[in-house]
Amino acid sequence: MEGRILEKQAVIEMQGVTKRFVDVIANDKVDLSLFPKEVVGLLGENGAGKTTLMNVLFGYYNLDGGEMLINGEKVSFSSPKDAINHGIAMIHQHFTLVQTQTVLENVMIGMEGSFFLDYKKAKEKLSRIEKGFGFHLDPDAVVWTLSIGEQQKLEILKALYRDAKILIMDEPTAVLAPTETIELFETLRNLVKSGHSIIFISHHLQEVMEICDRVVVLRNGKRVAERKVSETTIPELASLMVGRELLERLDRGKLKTGKTILEAKDLKVKNNRGITAVDNLSFVLREGEVLGVAGVSGNGQTELSEMLFGEVKPEEGEIYISRKKVPGGSPSSVIKEGMARIPEDRIKTGLFMDLSVKENMILESHVKEPISKNGLINMKEIRSFADNCINSFSVKTDGMDAPVKSLSGGNLQKVILARELAGDPKLVVACQPTRGLDVGAMEYVHQAMLNQKENGAGVLLISDDLDEIFLLSDRIIVMYEGKIMGEVSAEEADRDKIGLWMSGVIS
Amino acid sequence: MIGMSIVKRKPLPAWVMLVIPVAAVFVTLIITSVPILIAGGNVFKAYGALFQGALGSKFNLLETFVKASPLVLTGLAVAFAFRAKFWNIGAEGQLFAGAIMAAWVGIYFTWLPAFLVIPFMIIFGFLGGGLWATIPAFLKTKLKVDDVVTTLLLNYVILHIMGALLFGPMQMEGSSWPRSASIMDAAFYPMLIARSRFHLGIIISLVAVLVIWFINNKTVFGYQSRGVGINLNAAKFGGINTNMVILKTAIISGGLAGLAGVGEVAAIHHHLMMDVSPGYGYTGIVIAMLGNLHPIGVALAAFFFSVISVGAQTMSRVAGIPIYIVGVIEGVALMTMLIFILLTEYKIRWTKS
Repeated sequence: MEGRILEKQAVIEMQGVTKRFVDVIANDKVDLSLFPKEVVGLLGENGAGKTTLMNVLFGYYNLDGGEMLINGEKVSFSSPKDAINHGIAMIHQHFTLVQTQTVLENVMIGMEGSFFLDYKKAKEKLSRIEKGFGFHLDPDAVVWTLSIGEQQKLEILKALYRDAKILIMDEPTAVLAPTETIELFETLRNLVKSGHSIIFISHHLQEVMEICDRVVVLRNGKRVAERKVSETTIPELASLMVGRELLERLDRGKLKTGKTILEAKDLKVKNNRGITAVDNLSFVLREGEVLGVAGVSGNGQTELSEMLFGEVKPEEGEIYISRKKVPGGSPSSVIKEGMARIPEDRIKTGLFMDLSVKENMILESHVKEPISKNGLINMKEIRSFADNCINSFSVKTDGMDAPVKSLSGGNLQKVILARELAGDPKLVVACQPTRGLDVGAMEYVHQAMLNQKENGAGVLLISDDLDEIFLLSDRIIVMYEGKIMGEVSAEEADRDKIGLWMSGVIS
Repeated sequence: MIGMSIVKRKPLPAWVMLVIPVAAVFVTLIITSVPILIAGGNVFKAYGALFQGALGSKFNLLETFVKASPLVLTGLAVAFAFRAKFWNIGAEGQLFAGAIMAAWVGIYFTWLPAFLVIPFMIIFGFLGGGLWATIPAFLKTKLKVDDVVTTLLLNYVILHIMGALLFGPMQMEGSSWPRSASIMDAAFYPMLIARSRFHLGIIISLVAVLVIWFINNKTVFGYQSRGVGINLNAAKFGGINTNMVILKTAIISGGLAGLAGVGEVAAIHHHLMMDVSPGYGYTGIVIAMLGNLHPIGVALAAFFFSVISVGAQTMSRVAGIPIYIVGVIEGVALMTMLIFILLTEYKIRWTKS
């Protein structure tokens, strides 16, 4: 690295960058440099400060301390516009595209120039860029018809159209199928060859090792390590990231399957865009097993979970719990049949963020005795129930009366787990249960699910995190475009095959 | 250059919510001293007269209660609906519906035993307001029609229905004005304190405060209604029949406003007329916000508004300030309160760049 500094000027030099929020230091004197034609990985758990650091670099936040140099010149950004003018582009995890406009129109947004739109000139510039970097996007295609991978390419195109030299990519592979990831890496290598520099945010160690030249590890807002990729290993990076060795494998326990607890028969439903999201889907879940539903997100998993949870009524097909048919679109019936439900979006559907911890604990039990009787709630029972929940799931909170919104993401999920698993349910359906959680909380959730299984519950695990699927499942089914591509037992499963199924290829 | 940004603050302790309305009232009085000064008044003398006029004697104090009674009910009506995010801007219309029903019972139900007349008026008035409020509730839950628009516009519909009744079947014989005949004596709310207008309706509004507090805090329905207001998705997910909760909320909310209408007919006017309410339903919105949607807060806010409106007469006479200052104080109070509530969740940060 020293050699590099001698021969080249860093394109980005962040020195002692500090960013404070109300009472948290999100970034504490962080140094980060980026050299021409380099890919630097920014590695860390959720909440380690990666995104904050990049938002500082991209001008969303003001600095509270330290300084930034771009090409050796000291800068101070007051908005992303300043960053863009310095040739920096940020590709967000959630795309910022206008779904109903064409590729060309999306590229032109904010770059229209004068009063009149010069489509012809813009199209020429776009096709020049596309040729130069080997993109094949039709400028006249409407965005919503594009795949996620293509939309991401469009985001990159937008950056190149603005002559960006430095790309910040915020967990770009989180939404991609394995084959799309390979394509993305191809694109990134092309960009580097032509003189671009890239900051690659991720917590996927494998990918970081593959694409990056150098890795900077953040933990609790501090820069804890910097390594050349050629001089480090995945286990080393993992332990740097979490500050302790990762559990290599959980003990999945023995498989003692019992009778069928959940059966889905020919489920079919359209999503809110009117496209068939789940298509003739059937499966059987038995007591004492974990059935993993793998797939790239957006292939009908959300809609499947909504049908199982009773939020959405299937257009066709039936759901049976303990061989009893449950009416579609009725959450209360599903609750009555004893399904523990861990929803995909804990904040939007799982919790009343403005209510206290204890009031969130009783969401599903508030109509049952002893929590309430004759329409009156029993505060004493609620308190003892909430107290139990908080203790047995070690929820970190200032007490049961604290507003649930004051809890961290991992503890929010613990509130839901505690509530759902309170009565030792025979059936657990979890959708993306560890999304956005840090490694510690993730392990906790995993262990909780395995405990349920040990106790004889059937667990349906819908997740787009393949590691999680492999870690917990006894059996795996893969969803692609609303259909099941294949089923395999954990022993026979191999990643390549599942990866192909996830991208719609039957081998 | 100095810039301003609004950032989230960490949750404040619960007692802050109790201090805030008091602080808001103080700040309001400080701000409104500016127009008083401009009008050439002495601020201390003016406020002195204001409070003297509203609270200074037994009679004045009782009058303040009389004035507060309908405001408590419409304030509760709005607060109860808003808590469930049923945006009921229609308390005024629901008040009219209650008043029409009360007048109907009070004038025409002469066959009733005397002791049943008032209970009937109360029940019919409550149902009148409540059922009128079910129209926007159905439109909201079944057809997703915006409740702000429907509740507001239905105020004009019921106003004209009332006009049609008062120029038609309910018009007093021999009158050319839009007013009904007087209600029977048995329909008069009894006066509870001699030589004053301290009537049964005041007790009813105080009982309503306690009942709403009880519903909010002690019942399954109160939990569900708040849950629906905070996060409709989560409420549905939790198996709550959200449409039913909204419907029941609407009935209770409209019913409370209807009771305000009953009180105006049975205790104040003793007949139905077009201006049975000087905008109590709309003032109720302000009071609900000022009371932070809490029943006790609503009661205090209604009392504060009543103090201002009763005391303003005296202030105007003693300090020579136009009575329109009442509107200024009410408006400033609402804005101050809203800003204070905002500041409980966010804080302003000044940045230098």
